[in-house]
Amino acid sequence: MENSGQGPARRDYLVAVEGLTKHFPVTRSLFRKPAGFVHAVDDVSFQLERGESLGLVGESGCGKTTVGKLLVKLLEPTAGGISFHFPDSAAGGAAGPVDAAAIKGRQMRAFRRQVQMIFQDPYESMTPRRTIYDTIAEPLAVQGIGDVLDRVGRVTDILTLVGLTPAATFLFRHPHELSGGQRQRVAIARALVIGPSFVVADEPTSMLDVSSRTGIMSLMQELAGNLGIAYLYVTHDLAVARYMCHRIAVMYLGKIVELAETEELLGNPLHPYTRALLSAVPVADPDYRREPPDIRGDVTAPVDPPPRCRFYDRCPRATTFCRDNPHPPTEEKAPGHWVACYEV
Amino acid sequence: MAVVTNEPVLKVAGLTLHYLTRQGEVKAVREVSFELARGQSLGLVGESGCGKTSIANCLMRLLPDNARLVAGQVFLDGQDLLPLSEEEIRRFRWRRIAMVFQAAMNSLDPVYKVGQQVVEAIETHGVETTVAAARERVARLFRLVGLAPQLMERYPHEFSGGMRQRAVIAMALSCDPAVIIADEPTTALDVIVQDRILRELKTIQQELQMCIIYISHDIAVVAEVTDRVGVMYAGNLVELGDTAEVFRAPLHPYTAALLSSFPRISGEKRPLATLSGEPPNLIDPPPGCPFHPRCPHATAVCREEPPPLVSRGSHWAACWHPLDATLSPMGQADASR
Repeated sequence: MENSGQGPARRDYLVAVEGLTKHFPVTRSLFRKPAGFVHAVDDVSFQLERGESLGLVGESGCGKTTVGKLLVKLLEPTAGGISFHFPDSAAGGAAGPVDAAAIKGRQMRAFRRQVQMIFQDPYESMTPRRTIYDTIAEPLAVQGIGDVLDRVGRVTDILTLVGLTPAATFLFRHPHELSGGQRQRVAIARALVIGPSFVVADEPTSMLDVSSRTGIMSLMQELAGNLGIAYLYVTHDLAVARYMCHRIAVMYLGKIVELAETEELLGNPLHPYTRALLSAVPVADPDYRREPPDIRGDVTAPVDPPPRCRFYDRCPRATTFCRDNPHPPTEEKAPGHWVACYEV
Repeated sequence: MAVVTNEPVLKVAGLTLHYLTRQGEVKAVREVSFELARGQSLGLVGESGCGKTSIANCLMRLLPDNARLVAGQVFLDGQDLLPLSEEEIRRFRWRRIAMVFQAAMNSLDPVYKVGQQVVEAIETHGVETTVAAARERVARLFRLVGLAPQLMERYPHEFSGGMRQRAVIAMALSCDPAVIIADEPTTALDVIVQDRILRELKTIQQELQMCIIYISHDIAVVAEVTDRVGVMYAGNLVELGDTAEVFRAPLHPYTAALLSSFPRISGEKRPLATLSGEPPNLIDPPPGCPFHPRCPHATAVCREEPPPLVSRGSHWAACWHPLDATLSPMGQADASR
């Protein structure tokens, strides 16, 4: 690792990701050796402060969802580490950093209390035969929090908090009786009911209509502010990330190519890929003539990629230097603005 | 075909469509009217369930069994498509009016070569009489949509999402239709691929002087590719006008809410407007204006009487309290609001 990530360790960090790597074998047959490895996430480093929201954006297949799954321990990394620095008040939480790899068995339950996930599809992430109460109270039951009466109270409170009011009328409904926006509110309630300090949200608004989308977006922002929850917001939609995130990291084929404060990244994109991505977003102004994005070719799967810049094949600024050298190190080109490119 | 230049290619008048369900009759499309001139593109925007796709299926006469056409006409080249028999409609479907579906993945048969599937479409509709001529035509279509003709020999699974969408567009173009309906054609694609496909569609449309109806929930896409835009709410077309006009100065409060709830990546970061409530149940839609339960400007009249049409040139909206107060059907009292 040429560079250990985004600057000197922030003292108040909640999550620190260091050289995170995940390779998936490409198998042709059960009994043969893998034909290669998809480098889904390759040497990714970043930190997240308490209450901070970081957007992870990129095209499909860039590895953003894999990063999210690694952070909630739905997947185990091939290499690299994640450490959490939960608030001291955390249930059973030891002071000081916790190495994610060391969390096993019984500690997993305490971990789940701190780290939750919200999925993309509110239609598929809920058991259709369970009531809203059952769905939201399940984490409480698993964690052994409160008795039944206490749980009803907690579920009612969280339903009110996520805007499903009057809560009593929702408790014993089933998912099919709710609209997409309401279901996503239930999913948020389920993730938040045990008071986590970190939530991975994987495209939580991409299945929703505009009017319910803004509602969910402002709800998540409000909750983040009030409850001090940190988010990793995985999305392909830069405009949504602009509204949801303090900082944005752009991923391309398993690598973070650029990371900066949201307005800095959108207003002053430095990496040629970020520039292309931004200029490809349609603009809701019929008088504006948008130039086509400056990028060549199509996305390829990162199966055993050559040891050069991942973006080389598509880069409008690629040089022989880019061809003959390893993937560029992530460097701070402006305060807090990190870029992995030789030509910037 | 006799060409009368000022006649609209497509004219939809008073289209009303219901679906019969166990819960009752869903009033999915209510008295929708619009016209399309040769070479024009129209965007239909609105939230899911507002009736956009029902209109498309109606124009293609691809309706499920529980659909009931209550009223209206769809004139294509002056011929009303709705009374035609299944036999007769085949002369129009795909040949004069074609559709690009949302899920390109499902529009291609996985066991046949992509080129073969387009050749078959051409043969079925008798546009070319020999296989050689049909293949020649497919090669031309492939080049038109930005696919190398060699790709005709490949299977759908060998194509990326963007390539499949291109192949489906080539198939829609294969019989030289006058109208193409593109139902969320790029929703499943990444922005860079979306950008290319939309640019290509626009070029093709201008070259061939086709009509395209874009159905999309993404108002930015519609802003970029259409000449006119229609906004749908709860089965009603609530506003229609030139795209630039509608975006610059919307007349209907719903359009305004839709536009201001859309997050943008450029320009000043403005707070997003949140529209409270949910769209109405279309089995028992509210009386008066369908938008009144969510409308910030609603008054007693909105709850009782269906809204009148107000217009500014070719731009109109169905509203009692349009955002341009000088057009208000309520007179001066409303104008001074």
